[in-house]
This record gives sequence, structure tokens and C-alpha cells, in this order.
Amino acid sequence: MSNDEKRPPENNEKQFSRRDFLKTTGVATGGILAGSLLGGVVTHFGDANQEPHGEGGTTETPESTKGNLTDARVFFSRNSDFDTLAAAAERIFPEDDLGPGAISLGVPYFIDKQCHSWWGFNGKNYTDGPHDFEKTPKFGIQEKLNRGEIFKLGLNKINEIANDEFDGNFWEIDTKDQDEILKKFEANDESAKMNGVRADVFFQLLRDTTIWGVYADPAYGGNRNMEGWKMMGYPGPRMGWEGIIEESDFHEEEPQGLRTYQGGKM
Amino acid sequence: MAKKLDKVDVVVVGMGWAGGIVAAEMAKAGKKTVGLEKGEHIKREDYIGVKDELRFDNQFQIMQELKKDTVTSRNELDETALPIRTRKKMQIGANLGGASVHWAGATYRYWPYEFEIRSKTIERYGEDKIPEDMNLQDWGITYEEMEPYYEKWEYTAGISGEQDPNAPKRNKPWPNPPLKESPSLKLFKDACKELGHKPFQVAAGNMSQNYENPDGEKLNACMYCSFCTRHGCDFSAKSDPLATVIPTALKHDNFELRTRANVRRVLYDKDTKKATGVLYVDENTGEEYEQPAEVVVLAAFAFTNNRLLMLSEIGEQYDPETRKGIIGRNFNGQYNNAFAGVKGFFDNKKFNLYAGAGAMGAAITDFAADNFDHTDLDFIGGGAIELRQYGFAAISSSNNIKEGTPSWGADYKKESLNYAYRALQIWYTNNTMSYWHNYTDLDPTYKDEYGDPLLRVTYKFGSGTKEIMEFGVEKCREIMEKMGADYIKEDSIPEEFDHEFSGGHYSGGVVMGDDPETSAVNNYLQMWDVDNLFVVGGSAFPQFGGHHPTPTIGALSYRASEGIEKYLKDKKQLVKAKTKTTNA
Repeated sequence: MSNDEKRPPENNEKQFSRRDFLKTTGVATGGILAGSLLGGVVTHFGDANQEPHGEGGTTETPESTKGNLTDARVFFSRNSDFDTLAAAAERIFPEDDLGPGAISLGVPYFIDKQCHSWWGFNGKNYTDGPHDFEKTPKFGIQEKLNRGEIFKLGLNKINEIANDEFDGNFWEIDTKDQDEILKKFEANDESAKMNGVRADVFFQLLRDTTIWGVYADPAYGGNRNMEGWKMMGYPGPRMGWEGIIEESDFHEEEPQGLRTYQGGKM
Repeated sequence: MAKKLDKVDVVVVGMGWAGGIVAAEMAKAGKKTVGLEKGEHIKREDYIGVKDELRFDNQFQIMQELKKDTVTSRNELDETALPIRTRKKMQIGANLGGASVHWAGATYRYWPYEFEIRSKTIERYGEDKIPEDMNLQDWGITYEEMEPYYEKWEYTAGISGEQDPNAPKRNKPWPNPPLKESPSLKLFKDACKELGHKPFQVAAGNMSQNYENPDGEKLNACMYCSFCTRHGCDFSAKSDPLATVIPTALKHDNFELRTRANVRRVLYDKDTKKATGVLYVDENTGEEYEQPAEVVVLAAFAFTNNRLLMLSEIGEQYDPETRKGIIGRNFNGQYNNAFAGVKGFFDNKKFNLYAGAGAMGAAITDFAADNFDHTDLDFIGGGAIELRQYGFAAISSSNNIKEGTPSWGADYKKESLNYAYRALQIWYTNNTMSYWHNYTDLDPTYKDEYGDPLLRVTYKFGSGTKEIMEFGVEKCREIMEKMGADYIKEDSIPEEFDHEFSGGHYSGGVVMGDDPETSAVNNYLQMWDVDNLFVVGGSAFPQFGGHHPTPTIGALSYRASEGIEKYLKDKKQLVKAKTKTTNA
């Protein structure tokens, strides 16, 4: 691809996927492009995720054939929702010198898959009405909306605020402005008010699910290459730790995931 | 129309510890017994190869699905209760073995003081010590009477422990030696000793060695894999009904287990004042069955025991306005009113906290029960202070951040990664009391899948609730300081009950005692009103003791089993009721 139109980075946070650069080749944007370093991102992130964004996308051949074929959206239908999700998750767990962030770890695809599961459809919740979403979180989840619907509503609202107040799509504006928007949700600010779910309840869902995606077993699509575990020093499941339970030194071991633990037969 | 089945001696509703024990004892005694379990027929194999934090700790795979049945909750009598909709807020054991499959294994007996808490409080401090809003009651049984049942359960379960220096001397030693001692436990014990407390290793329902119980069931030594609490054990190394009493019962031809059998009613004959059996639905087919029995045993979780009596119109519903009625009265439990403490952050120590076992821990009971003087304290009773090394997977290890640190972003990432294995929690397992305004009844609005009303919980804090927690946090802080933490984060004392039913320690509503005016069942857990109906489990606790409930549920289940056998022989009320004198 051509990097000719890439603007110089404003900071060193690797915030965007390679796809974002592809987008900017086809779509004029009014916002400031928060910088990104292309290297590393390609290494870590979705080579399978090269579809063009919106109308007038690039006609370049994506590198999708190289990537993980399970990295594709199966829940979110709008690119803008997914791009907002990825950028927001990256602010919650950003890439830095300690290691990869949410995007590199595959968290957006993790969340997409979760939304497409019984969990996203609230399949094991009590769902009878009447509902009163203003009573969440005091009484736990009370929304009529299910988790997947809450994600779509909330992500839409995030991007709406980005466009209204910061003149750009959420994934394109400066990280400081992104944080400012997310803080409005976290604080249940009036400007983030939605019909059907409290802003802070949505934010907590986004925050917690992002952290799940960082640290849950790679079987779920996040925690790519167990990089989340490696950063923490968590070794993953084993038959047992009888041999080291009394040791006073911290015992480090290369992590293993569920697939290895189960024998990875097929 | 329900299909009527052949009559049996005993039908047991719910196959957790309580129902499993009754089933095994009836099977061994040669009684024709049917065990009905709402959930699946799960086995140890269901837990092999699934050591998965997200699935079990965050999405609660083995907890009851709430789609069909939950409870509603409120604080105030004039408030509208709302249904608890997600398993994050409502964790009830499901399937064969019940909540005992996912329990951690912490094993304490309740104290002599706790069984006679009203009498002994008055004896030492005078009646004025008891606040007006508190329904403080004796259990109708003493520790000395409970001792053989505790011992029987502990040997069935193969508990690994050592003598608590403060506790009454044991008649027989624990069946297995204590679990191994990790550095975090040692640090806690050393600090406690320096402060003059008497630390010991928490007795555990996790095997410290291979073990064969008196029924011939074999359990294996725990591997400290950490996938224990909220998980089922893949190795039969945790004391649970799947490894013990259920296989024992199944060895006998006179016992029959039916899973996915959802009991909707106890069938009750008002003229003879006898239960005649139960009505249940086969959840695979939707067909209804009537199972007649000489004795009906409700041994489900406290919620279900309460609700089935209400739906079946057995006993008088408690009414907080008149303070009359028994069923639903003295509902209690450990919610956000217990387990407060401190988290200590250590800059120069790193612990292997990803390893552990459910009940691996160290504790002191110097501030439990009435082991310390309450003259100048504005609460009654106490609890243990514990440090537990459950073993923590990655998601739960990502929460170690200091006060004021944001829960997301670069600062969060840096601090949580740094302290993932450098933070230790200790807490106070304080007792919780029953108050006149806390009770259960049937919800006026929300229904289950069959159109039956859900159980409604009305619960708020009463006198002493916050005071005992503040006391516990202060004591935990002293210990954590002595442990050398560089930074200590105190748990905040909650303003009010937050409708979170996690942890599984909810009890009462069908409480035991010696007086039918303040208790629903006698000390064999036989109903005062219905001689052939036994209501077994945590529902019998008049208030919640200062420790985890399971051993007391196990002991009471052996006591009840003895009572059921007595009843089958004599067919009468087993205990002479006392008139109301002590509970003014």
C-alpha cells in the first residue's frame, strides 16, 4: 500500500490498525488523524480485516489471505460501530511500552463474538417485564435491551458525540478527545444520555468486556498469542501447581492455553 | 393431568449436600427413596479440560439460569421489588450436587455461643444488649448436641484441617492434615502471632492427601490448580456430593435419582395435616408427575425451600406489619454486609497467586463469636479474619489498583500489571443477624416460566450491621500493617444492601428453634405443623453464624436424617415444643 498520504504521527501510541490508513486513502475526513506507527500494528493486528471502510474505499488487495480467518465481524453490521468499538477498547487498554493494547490483542473481535453468543443475547437472564433501566445499576441489569443491543446503541452514541463535538469520527479524533468522550459515559453525563440504557452502565459493560478480551483464554478470540497473559505473568491452566505452591520465589512459566491443556486433538 | 407414580418412603427435593446426605442415609437404611433434582445429571467428567476463567468465573456457567426463575429484591417494605436478572448479581448452584459443587471448601463449625446466642448474650451482657429491631434467637440445639453430626459430615467430606486454638477441643482429629502453607499464608500467620492472635490453617474441603471416606468413596489429593471456587473439581479432590454422598446413595437399589425433575408443589392434605407427596415437571418433556411419599424432604437451596412452602400454602406466611407468621421470617445471609477487609499492596514481594485451592487459607478466630468482650461494642458476635489463596486467573488478577487510580487507560494498565501478583486481601467473615423487617414472600408482579410468582426478598441493614464491618476492617488493617504492606486499601462500608446475591450465603426463612411461635421446624428440621415434612438446609438458620455455612448445613442434614428415620418408625412429632418464654 501507499503511505504517501499518511500524516506524521502526533504521538507514539499505536492506536490504529492498518485498515485505518487504508480508509484515509479513500475517505476524506475532517478530523485530526491521531498518529500511529504502521509497523507492529501489522504484525499484531488483523491482517484479515482489510475491507474498505464506507463508500469509496480502497481497491487495494487486502492481505486477508494471510490472517486469522476467524477475525471477521459476525455481529456488528456497521463498520462505524466496529471502528468505534476498536478505538474505544484501545483507550481502555492502550498499547504502550508494557505491551500490546486491545486492538493488537484482538479484543474488538472478541467482543463481536461475545455479542453474537447467548451472553450478548441475554440468553440466561431473566427477561420478563416490566423493565426500568434507570434502576440499573442499583438492582443489576434492568434494561429491556440485551447486551449486544446496548453495545450498538452506546457505540453509536459515542460516535455521534465525536462528530457533533469534535468534528470527526471517534476513531479519527485525537486520543485526548476520545478519552473526554469516554469519561462522559463513565460519569453518566447528561450529554451521553440514551434511551434505554444509562451511559455509565454501557461504559462499565464496554470496560469489563474489554478487560475480558485482554485476559480470557485465546479460545474466545482475544488475548492474542496469550500476549495479555505474558504481560501479566499468568501461565494459564495446568493440571496443578502442587510443586510450586510453597515456593517463595515467583515462578515464571511460558503460558499455555486451553487448547494445549485439552490436548488440541483436532 | 399429572401422572401419579407409586408411593415411596421418602422423596427428597434437591440433590446438593443437604439432599444428598439425606438420600445416602435413607438409601443405607433401606428406605425406598426418590431424589428429585431440577438440574442436569452432571459428573466429574464435565469438569475435565475446562479450566476456563471466563466461562465459570465471569459468565457463571454452572450457576442456575435465570431465564425461568429468579428472585425479586427490595430494601423497604413500601418499595417495588425488581427481579435480579443476571448471574453476576445472582449465583445459585444448579445441577446435581447443587451449590456444593462450586463451593470453595472453607470449613468451620459454628460456636457454642452461636447456637445459644440469645441466651448467652443475655447471660453475659443483659437483655439490653439486644437491639429492638433484631430477632435474635437460639437454634433449639446446642453445640454439644451438634458435635457428633459435625464430625460425621467432616469424615464423609474428608476435611483437611488442624485444631483452631480458640475452638472447643475436637472429639476426633480432622480426618486429613491441613493443606500446604504458601508464603502468603505464612506472612499472615507471622503477623497475627506478633499481634498476639492465634492463627491456624483454615480447614478445607480440598483433600491434602488421598482419602477414603466411611462410605467407601475415594477422593484424591488436591493439585492446587486454582480452578476451584465457582468451578467443579475435575479430580474428585474437592469434598462435594458428586464425589461422596450421591455415589453412595446410587449404590443402593432402593434409591432412585431423577434429574431435570422440577418440583412445583408439595402436595398437602389440610385435614390430616400431612404432606402426601410432590408435584414435579419433567423438564425434558414438560410432563407432570405426582410422586406420593410417606415423608417429604425439602432440601433445596434456601430460596426454593421458602418458595415451595409458600406456593404450597403450608405454614403461615410472615407479615412484617403485624410481625405474625413464620414462613419467610428471619431471612438472613452474608451479602455486602460481610467479608469487608483490606487489600495490601507489596512493592517488593511477588506471590504465586495464580496457584491455590478454594479453601487454602489461614485464619484467626480471636474476633469470632463471643471470643472477645463486647461490653463496649455496639454489635453482637463476630467472625474469622482470613487470608485465602484461592488461586486467581488473569481477569481477576487485573483488579489490583490503588484508591483513586482510574479503572481504565494507561495508568490502569501499568498499575494493574505491576500489582497482579503483589496484592493480598484479608477479610472479616462476620455473622449477620435477622431483623423484623427482613423476610421473604411471593412477588406480586414477576412470575416464573409456569406463571408462579417469584420469591421476593425484602432486606436492609439493621442495628450493628455497619458497626461490625467497621470493626472488622480496622482489625484487618492492623494485621495488614504488620504484614508489611506498602499501601493498604480499605473496603468501603456499604450504605445499604445492594441486591447482589453472590457468594451463596443466604439462609433462613424456615428457621429452627424450640418454640413454634418463632420457628418453623424443630431441631430435627421437622415442621412443627406438618409431622412428615422436613425442611433441610440453610433455610433453617435463625441468623447467620460468623463463618461459611456449609459444614453446619451438612451436620444438620445428618441430624435431620436421624429424625426422618425416627419419624418413619414412630410417625409422630419428635420434639415437645417449648412455650414462648425466652424470646420475649
